[in-house]
Amino acid sequence: MAVSHYLPVRVALFVTCLTDTLLPETGIATVRLLERLGHQVTFPREQTCCGQMHLNTGYQGEARELARRFVRVFGDEEVIVAPSASCVGTVREYYPRLAEGDPALARQVDEVAPRVVELSELLAVRLGVEDVGASFPHRVTYHPTCHSLRSLHLGDTPYRLLRAVRGLDLVELPEERECCGFGGTFAVKNADTSEAMLADKVRTILDTRAEVCSAVDNSCLLHIGGALSRLRAGVRTVHLAEILASA
Amino acid sequence: MKGFPAAARDALRDTQLRRNLGVATSTIRDRRARAVAEVPDWEELRDAGAALKRRVLRNLDGYLLEFEAAVERAGGHVHWARDAAEAGRVVTEIVRGTGAREVVKVKSLTTDEIELNDALGRAGIDVVETDLAELIVQLAGEEPSHILVPAIHKNRVEIRDLFRSNFRLPELSDDPQELAAAARAHLRAKFLSARVAISGANFAIAETGTVSVVESEGNGRFCTTLPETLITVVGIEKLIPAPEDLEVFLQLLPRSSTGERMNPYTTLWTGITPGDGPQDFHVVLLDNGRTNVLADQVGRETLSCIRCSACLNVCPVYTRTGGHAYGSVYPGPIGAILTPQLRGVAEAPTLPYASSLCGACYEVCPVKIDIPRILVHLRARVVEEGAGATSERAAMRALAWTFGGERRYRRAQQLGRAGSRPFTRGGLIHRMPGLGAWTETRDLPPVPKQTFREWWDERRA
Repeated sequence: MAVSHYLPVRVALFVTCLTDTLLPETGIATVRLLERLGHQVTFPREQTCCGQMHLNTGYQGEARELARRFVRVFGDEEVIVAPSASCVGTVREYYPRLAEGDPALARQVDEVAPRVVELSELLAVRLGVEDVGASFPHRVTYHPTCHSLRSLHLGDTPYRLLRAVRGLDLVELPEERECCGFGGTFAVKNADTSEAMLADKVRTILDTRAEVCSAVDNSCLLHIGGALSRLRAGVRTVHLAEILASA
Repeated sequence: MKGFPAAARDALRDTQLRRNLGVATSTIRDRRARAVAEVPDWEELRDAGAALKRRVLRNLDGYLLEFEAAVERAGGHVHWARDAAEAGRVVTEIVRGTGAREVVKVKSLTTDEIELNDALGRAGIDVVETDLAELIVQLAGEEPSHILVPAIHKNRVEIRDLFRSNFRLPELSDDPQELAAAARAHLRAKFLSARVAISGANFAIAETGTVSVVESEGNGRFCTTLPETLITVVGIEKLIPAPEDLEVFLQLLPRSSTGERMNPYTTLWTGITPGDGPQDFHVVLLDNGRTNVLADQVGRETLSCIRCSACLNVCPVYTRTGGHAYGSVYPGPIGAILTPQLRGVAEAPTLPYASSLCGACYEVCPVKIDIPRILVHLRARVVEEGAGATSERAAMRALAWTFGGERRYRRAQQLGRAGSRPFTRGGLIHRMPGLGAWTETRDLPPVPKQTFREWWDERRA
């Protein structure tokens, strides 16, 4: 097991509404992983949702209220981690825009937003650890989600973490940068187009012969996993946090 | 106008279309990536292009007047058109004045936007499209489906059949050279007899009144040099300040558009040159909704677009649905933000939602238009103007209220768990009322026995 060479930090977990409600195992894995690395995890109780869905569907007023709530709940935290690139992207990229015309909120967003980080970013970029002491003896392919690529610019960060996992056979996903077709309410409003995109994503995943498809966003994994399950494809989706937490 | 989801549904079923689009867009996409990768200062070029275009938009009134004065100094005439109808009347009158019954046209999206061919047709004037792909689309009686390659939805067998019947060439093969030769023979006759040509413009230079068309085939050059009368229809956003600014745009455009280092034909002309080229030159400056776009502080960036179409070729939506689903001559991501702004969001309320917000478009845009941000902004305008569904509004409000308090949220989680139980079979949800659009093709995991926060509480207890 890798020994961390950095100082332990106190990390507030922003678990996200989706993970909290539908995929708690990702939140649990995040807590166990960070604690195993010697960090202290807190869970501010008043947290709910970052407002991404409202924002992306056009409900700016509602999204702004949820942004207010977020900065109030997490305002005093030094490091805030979320196992979701798209929720982190919402806070860092879109909160400043939501706060335009509201100087008080803009100030709070300025203070809080840079302290909100995605899990792989916290580990590999902020804390400088790549080998987290995990073992996961499976053939895995990784889907770089759109927000992790183009909003957070994570680049090869998640891959570096995956490559350090014992027993893990990492297979490159063809056309990996293509969107899976989730896009929040897009998957429902434009269900046919979303399904066409998903079909191609599933095809490339099956081409890898991987047994696990991983990512840093449970929303995309829910989408991809839902199709893999319906097809009885014999491939399961597992959030990166869960791979890194397994020993 | 049929909404995007329904139009896309029809297009997605067309397997030939899917194949044609997939092959063509991935080819251009790869070519673009290679052409861009060899420019060491590409990012600086993008910044320069973006800065120039933003400067033009900030000072558009001044640049337009400067351009008008320069064109007239050089012997041309400038006409101002508020909308499509006015532009159609202006052009029709000029053509009528010449007595011509047929005009040749170089590919122009702007004239497609204002449906100029129809306006001229009503006045008894035939329009011959001279761009090869535009000609194909015109012969097929269809609309263009891509900014750069209007006939991208057609393969060469389909084109051969079209030429066989239209040009009376029953023996024609689907060899690209033979197809091009057939079109060439047809078009040469038209060029030599045409007295009037209509063009669009890629750039209009304020300082000198110079107009520029950038193309691959040379048919545009025929149009802008052979006829006696030349009418150029220009959207007011096409201005650039000075000739030296072309240095930036003539690098950005071909590499982004066709993936070439340089396009084969770049034509520039300034007013009239006695004894050489058209002796009667008119510019029609078109608004048609552009000043409304300019008035929107977030949306105005859209007018920076140089119509390269790189965003189409990387868009996961466009590359599957094709252009016709967008119901406009401007398809793809740029169309999804431009059309609703030109026509008003209530006229095209589904277009801002025709994107998964994946951000691939913004990544390739040569003038750095933040298309995802503008899409989100326009969605807010759709909601503000009440053009969205009432049921959605109610659901979104209820959800926001739920997220507004931890106790309400926790209670909703418990209710959701209880409510989903009857639909869980064999450890999965295959069908769920209200989620039909999802569960038609995707399973859902069962709602877990414990939420994360319940686990956390239990652990702390």
